[in-house]
Amino acid sequence: MPASMAAVVAATRFGFAPKPGELAQIGSDPRGWVTSQLDRRPDFAPGNLPPSREIVTAMLESRRDKEERPELKERLKATYLGEIDARMRAAILGDTPVLERLTQFWGNHFTVSGMRPFVRGVTGAFEREAIRPHVTGRFIDMLTAVTSHPGMLLYLDNAQSFGPDSLVGRRQNKGINENLGRELLELHTLGVDGGYTQADVEALARILTGWTVAPLRDWHPGTFRFFPQIHEPGDKVLLGRTYRNGGIDEGEAALRDLALHPATARHIATQLARHFIADTPPADSVERIARRFRDTGGDLRQVTLAVLHEEAVWREPFAKVRTPTELVISAYRAVGAVPQPGFAFMALKKLDQPPFLAPSPAGWPDVASAWVSPESVVRRTEWCQTFAERLADVPDPVDVMANAYGEVLPEEIQSAVRRAPDKRAGLALLIASPQFQRR
Amino acid sequence: MPTRRDVLRLLGGGVAACTCAAAGWPSAAFADIPGNRRLVVVLQRGAMDGLAAVAPLGDANYASLRGSLALKPPGEANGALALTRDFALHPSLAAIHPYYGKGELLVVHATGNGYQTRSHFDAQDMMESGLSAKRGITDGWLNRALAPLQRGKERLALAVGGATPLILRGAVPVASYEPAGFHEAAPGFVEAVAQLYANDTLLGPALQEGLKAQSFSNGVLATNTPGDDPMKGAAGFGPKAFKPLCQAAGKLLAAEGGPRIAAMDMGGWDTHVAQGTENGRLAGNFQGFAEGLDALAQSLGDAWRETLVVSVTEFGRTVRVNGTNGTDHGTASLMFVMGGAVKGGRIAGDWPGLSRLQDDRDLRVATDSRGVMKAILRGHLGLDPQYLAARVFPDTAQIKPIDGLLRA
Repeated sequence: MPASMAAVVAATRFGFAPKPGELAQIGSDPRGWVTSQLDRRPDFAPGNLPPSREIVTAMLESRRDKEERPELKERLKATYLGEIDARMRAAILGDTPVLERLTQFWGNHFTVSGMRPFVRGVTGAFEREAIRPHVTGRFIDMLTAVTSHPGMLLYLDNAQSFGPDSLVGRRQNKGINENLGRELLELHTLGVDGGYTQADVEALARILTGWTVAPLRDWHPGTFRFFPQIHEPGDKVLLGRTYRNGGIDEGEAALRDLALHPATARHIATQLARHFIADTPPADSVERIARRFRDTGGDLRQVTLAVLHEEAVWREPFAKVRTPTELVISAYRAVGAVPQPGFAFMALKKLDQPPFLAPSPAGWPDVASAWVSPESVVRRTEWCQTFAERLADVPDPVDVMANAYGEVLPEEIQSAVRRAPDKRAGLALLIASPQFQRR
Repeated sequence: MPTRRDVLRLLGGGVAACTCAAAGWPSAAFADIPGNRRLVVVLQRGAMDGLAAVAPLGDANYASLRGSLALKPPGEANGALALTRDFALHPSLAAIHPYYGKGELLVVHATGNGYQTRSHFDAQDMMESGLSAKRGITDGWLNRALAPLQRGKERLALAVGGATPLILRGAVPVASYEPAGFHEAAPGFVEAVAQLYANDTLLGPALQEGLKAQSFSNGVLATNTPGDDPMKGAAGFGPKAFKPLCQAAGKLLAAEGGPRIAAMDMGGWDTHVAQGTENGRLAGNFQGFAEGLDALAQSLGDAWRETLVVSVTEFGRTVRVNGTNGTDHGTASLMFVMGGAVKGGRIAGDWPGLSRLQDDRDLRVATDSRGVMKAILRGHLGLDPQYLAARVFPDTAQIKPIDGLLRA
């Protein structure tokens, strides 16, 4: 593969469309460009976005005091748009696009979706607090941060899960909610074919009883709290291993064991290979990435490097269709402009991928078949034109093409962009081209 | 100025990938459905209060248990609308009341889908997947029902109003109709993009098919009512957005070569706070819902005679009023079954009564909603009973189709 094509693959597969100058920066060392970012601080500015404890506390207060509701609604809307803006700016303008892609990948792996209105306000904070700090750290640390985050505990109902034989469970006749236990096994760790049973789901749910959110009367309302009085007493057996009656220690030990389980390594490797290589990734690539996961105890920096050094990543450029989010980020990154957050939201909503609003805990799909339907391709085409029409300053599309692709695009695409009747039309065509629709 | 149709004609010459018929959707020959039948499934997300929709005024415990949420009897000012001696329709559902008199509206009361955790989230997944376990859900029962009905490549079913809901997701491709899209791309631009996609085996055929469907919708929706913008107001989320969507759905379903099956959503039913009785939040939602269904019937025109519309919600609400003048997550709710194909003008299903409640708080389930759906798929769409049992609702053999819902 010529150096210029490898540079395009590095930028688009591990980041987004290259911003002006980035391709030259990557030069002939595409792997080095990716690797160097793994040790950097993310070029992400949260501004004055509130921490999750503030948002959760405000929501708890509004439950008590209905007067505050309209005000809270406005505040949550502003926060939501602020989260979109911060995330967009980092991905579009930032110097660490690889870290942004990893954050979005892991944020999707551990989806907390605002489709449940009660968590809509904390979805962005969840990503900032539980995902972002760990994308090049250890999987167990991310898993623990996620599982103990108020966003996840509320989203998957663990905050309202009671050990039936706990003090409160017996007094109030309340029971287990298995949601988090199930998704933790099915989606977050072992995977649906990971060899667990319904009994394991129930055991993990019992182990995690008591992992909840501190109420208003607490010293630190809206944060993670373990309450022994709702924790199910007794020993639990998960995946053949007994966890002795031990309060919060049971959950911490179970998460450690799940994080190091070979099925987890395989599940994570499959997800990564599907994201970075192809919708149906080669089995040997998955196996090598899984091995690195196992050998390093889930060191995500090492696992990312294992992906980077898979030959299959570089073999077939443009193998993945861009999701709407990737498409919108890439289009703006290529021209160096940032959309108003409300405009970005409406665009992504119409393209069926509104930010932080995945349809289920499984997150957004990561295969072309989910994003390419007759109606969606028409809408994507329409968006390309809308995007170009709405830009305040329209750069020369030939320059944008050179910045984003060098000379690697097929001649018919290059000439179509060059021959376009005006700059906006040329830019829209470039964004609509089969290559820009992919990565 | 060239119209989208002109562009399509223009593209037809140059793009070899397009081998399909002129219309974007199947004609009767493409679908293995008896006669000229249509099916619309309306998903009421958020858990509709069935006791408010069709109040059991004749139940001795109704007035005392419902308290401030109890409806006034028929005849009083703002009173409920009479159905049977014991049941009456919410006054804000007035737009569908005449259908009851015509025998085109059936109420199946005290329905549920067998899921007990009272989580919207899970219960909606159950309602749409048709499965009784949550594990590994990837497709919906209506999509699985399409497989034997679909003939050829044209798409038989339509998701109305946005992203395709789980009920229609799955292996069989379905169309979608969304009013609030972007501005249509200029014909010249579309032509140029189509040329770039000429050799793209994924994007090329999809663009062609999408343009055909869009052209079809544009044609149907613009020509049937000259001067009227049917999509006015459809972009929002409130109860008023439902009616224009219903109008569009009716026209698309009625059109020659149009889709035959549609699924649509209406939210806003989660009335924990200030639910209201003849006025208020729930009343507003009922009004939007009923006016929407009436508009659907009107816009279907002659096709209404062979149409069946069924509504379903994930669960019901508590019988008693809560501390914030609303109701909390309950168990049984109800289904409306409407259309010319329905044997209506009556209330179907057993009435479990309010003297004994589920967990001392909810209306108990007397009829499983899947039994209703099975009867519709079998009787109305002619789905093979074995396929129905094995693939569409694979793990609920004990739930039998409910007899007698349809006109003979």
